[in-house]
Amino acid sequence: MSDSSASSRFMRVVDRRGDPPGRSAVNRERFIRRFKDEIKRAVDDEIGKRGIADVGKGSRISIPGRGLKEPHLQHDHKTGSRDFVLPGNHEYIPGDTIDRPGGGEGDGDGNEPGQGESRDNFAFVLSRDELLQLFFDDLELPNLERTRIGDVTYIHTRRAGYSRDGVLANLSPALTMRMSIARRIALRGGIARQLDELEREIEELAPCEVERRTELEEEIAQLRARREQLPFLEEIDRRFRARQPVAAPATRAVMLCLMDVSGSMDERKKDLAKRFFALLYLFLERKYSAVEVVFIRHTETAQEVDEKTFFHDPQSGGTLVMPALQLTQKVIDTRFAGPDWNIYVAQASDGDCGEEDAQRCAGYLQTELLPRVRYFAYIDIPSSNPGGWFSRPSDLWQCYESVADSGFAMRKVHDRRDIWPVFRELFARKEATA
Amino acid sequence: MNPWDLADVTAPARLRDGAAPERPWPRLVSRPAVPMPVPGTRRTAEPIAVGSEWTVPLLERFDVALAAHAGRLQLDTYPIQYEVITAAQMIDLCSTVGMPVHYPYWSFGKQLLGQEHTYKKGMSGLAYEIVINTSPSLVYLMETNTLPLQVLVMAHAAYGHNAFFKGNYLFRQFTQADGILDYLTFARNFILDCEQRHGWREVERILDCCHALAPYGVDRYKKPTRLSASRERERLAERLRFAQHHYNPDVAYLYENAEVKPEAAAESFDPQENLLYFIEKLAPKLAPWQRELVRIVRKISQYFYPQRLTKVANEGAATFWHYTLLHELYDHGQVDDGFMLEWLSNHSDVVTQPSFDTENYRGINPYALGFSIYRDIRRICEHPTPEDREWFPRLASTDWVEAVHFAMANFKDESLIEQYLSPKVMRDLRLFAITDDESDRSKYSVRAIHNEHGYAQVRQMLAAQYRPEVHTPALAVTRFSADGDRALLLQHRVERGRLLDAETATEVLGYIKELWQFDVVLEEVDDGDNRLKIHRT
Repeated sequence: MSDSSASSRFMRVVDRRGDPPGRSAVNRERFIRRFKDEIKRAVDDEIGKRGIADVGKGSRISIPGRGLKEPHLQHDHKTGSRDFVLPGNHEYIPGDTIDRPGGGEGDGDGNEPGQGESRDNFAFVLSRDELLQLFFDDLELPNLERTRIGDVTYIHTRRAGYSRDGVLANLSPALTMRMSIARRIALRGGIARQLDELEREIEELAPCEVERRTELEEEIAQLRARREQLPFLEEIDRRFRARQPVAAPATRAVMLCLMDVSGSMDERKKDLAKRFFALLYLFLERKYSAVEVVFIRHTETAQEVDEKTFFHDPQSGGTLVMPALQLTQKVIDTRFAGPDWNIYVAQASDGDCGEEDAQRCAGYLQTELLPRVRYFAYIDIPSSNPGGWFSRPSDLWQCYESVADSGFAMRKVHDRRDIWPVFRELFARKEATA
Repeated sequence: MNPWDLADVTAPARLRDGAAPERPWPRLVSRPAVPMPVPGTRRTAEPIAVGSEWTVPLLERFDVALAAHAGRLQLDTYPIQYEVITAAQMIDLCSTVGMPVHYPYWSFGKQLLGQEHTYKKGMSGLAYEIVINTSPSLVYLMETNTLPLQVLVMAHAAYGHNAFFKGNYLFRQFTQADGILDYLTFARNFILDCEQRHGWREVERILDCCHALAPYGVDRYKKPTRLSASRERERLAERLRFAQHHYNPDVAYLYENAEVKPEAAAESFDPQENLLYFIEKLAPKLAPWQRELVRIVRKISQYFYPQRLTKVANEGAATFWHYTLLHELYDHGQVDDGFMLEWLSNHSDVVTQPSFDTENYRGINPYALGFSIYRDIRRICEHPTPEDREWFPRLASTDWVEAVHFAMANFKDESLIEQYLSPKVMRDLRLFAITDDESDRSKYSVRAIHNEHGYAQVRQMLAAQYRPEVHTPALAVTRFSADGDRALLLQHRVERGRLLDAETATEVLGYIKELWQFDVVLEEVDDGDNRLKIHRT
């Protein structure tokens, strides 16, 4: 017996750690598919609680455990008699009674199956991709990668092999030494060949040709000296690291969120605005390695605030847009000036400001702001009307309509479902403007 | 004799005097559970390795050493293949009941997500190892284990479990270690194919039903036919060929609309315990591919059936063997003291049995119970006491290796406890039996404890606790008339008044009806065939 098991040995330790992960991804996906509605609700709640920059992160999600039950037939513990054997008797002898612990549930029998099912909530972690998939689901998100804004590039230099000339700081010592060795070997070979020839000639000379002999000997001595004195390093040995200019996509971006927080902006409008901002953030984050976010809110005055205040601190008062635009410009000039910043501005408002203010804004936008930014998107969130139609466009909308610039776009958003199409329209690849 | 044993053995004598039932023992402080090997035994070798770092070649050397000891102790195993995996892969594996291949199903995803979450939050650890009953036996080692832990796992899984799988009569009878992975691959492909053809909702609907009924897809007494993926494929292909050859649209139209008459006669109907088999063969309205799904779930349930019956026996044997094999390594000088201390600490965590009144009590720990039983078999063989000679006359002073192998090969949990649970183990674990009686719900009454009067009764009651019917209510098809209303009558035999939980019963009946498509009635009858309760869908 022992022999057979010993002889059938074949080895034996296989390292599977490098195997591609996600063998059970298919089961994971099936679970999410089955409980899509519940999970989506949980995802929506979760995202509502989050900051813009965190929207795209994976997260712990918890859904009600009721629907996940996999029922099996069980005994009803309230009926019938049963025995069980327990360990750890300290004091009991036959005939004793033990008070039933509270709740009437048998504490003793841990062998009952299915007790894990009774949890109220089922918590688990969704990855970033799964979360985004669900978050954009009712925005009817096609593949985000497919939409492109005109590519943003800047020039930088990149290593590109070696060259014969350059500044000394870029000298490549290793390669230079290699070249020097190669040169010396090559030259020595030539000299050696000449020496061979001369020596052969001397041997073949008749003893009488003394003159010729001394001539040759001199020549040999000269060649030998030259061989000894080959220069260690010459100009032509030098090699320099070369650099080449390349156009690369710009990597730094700032996103300025402007929102009207006056009394007329209710929670629904803010929620729509937040979704739009979040979408823009995700989009920019895929294009740029680092995206900064600046929040500017305004009523009659404008101020830069942190995200929490931006979304959750209610304000009241009238609306003036101009101060917000001016503040935007100030922020850009002080903190994000220079060609390597890609500046995006997203403005959300119900457009309910005075006509005079609106006209000034349109002019300011055209002359001052648009030359500085890559893109300015305005979304107009009108109040929902019982009739479902909107009596007239807002003042700001009317005035912004006069702005003509490829870096400017505006759309109306009435409902959550509009956000994705509007977003896509705003950021669709522009054929004409390369 | 150990003073503790003396105290316990003499206790009943005092009780018999009829004096006031004085508590015969002091409150128990725990006693050392793990004796170290005898100091001074001769070392024959240098340690194979010291420290806690492991490498693959080191594991191979340990495996060679373990194999030598296992061979000497007559452990007969399937060939072994170790696979080193990461935590994520371990979570993956656990989610599909340890199988490296399985068909896709949402419930596995639920396991996966749940476990991943609790693991990441630090709320639960992971299994040290998984071994599955295949040939060659696949033993999964976690990369985060230290060297002593890896060797422990190797001895436990690759030799202990593996030998149990190969030797135990239930596994020999009910499972084919060499066929299962092939079969699961076949099942996965078949189910993926069904999803393509019929849509995932349909497939999931059938699988939900089957999974709810999986405990009732088992032949408990009849030996199942061998699992074979190639034969299954052959069978399906044959059915398709037949359908093609005999396809006649007119007949097919008639057939689809005809009242199908299964041959099962209503008059002399034997109760059927294998509900899924019954459904697969006789459900009036299932499409052929749906029957195949039922069959797949049934076959896999059958494969896992022995594991449900041998938790204590299997884990006990594996724990006993890792304990024994690692001590062999130590006695031969192949490992050092640090190594021993490290794995013993893990070992004692595994075999801890918390008392019933402590907070971390989770039922009887199968590792603790099984390990105690096997170790006591060895003790009884090697150093029997007069008590042992009385209880186990055939075991005392015989060859322990043979005795342990016999116990591994021929018993399931229930019979193992019935045959081998010794008074000493009952005293060590301080087992006592209580009854929760219908007549008085406010109290449990203590029936028997670990004393001379109680040993037999405690043992018998503990064994009864491991009968499968205790956890999984028994169910049988008792009547079905193919010609009449085609209603299915199921029967649950009530034991000691324990009825079914109405809520889950209704839900499960719903699943059965989903497959059966006609009325399903579940009646609960007592020993006198009196109907106690009826569940309907």
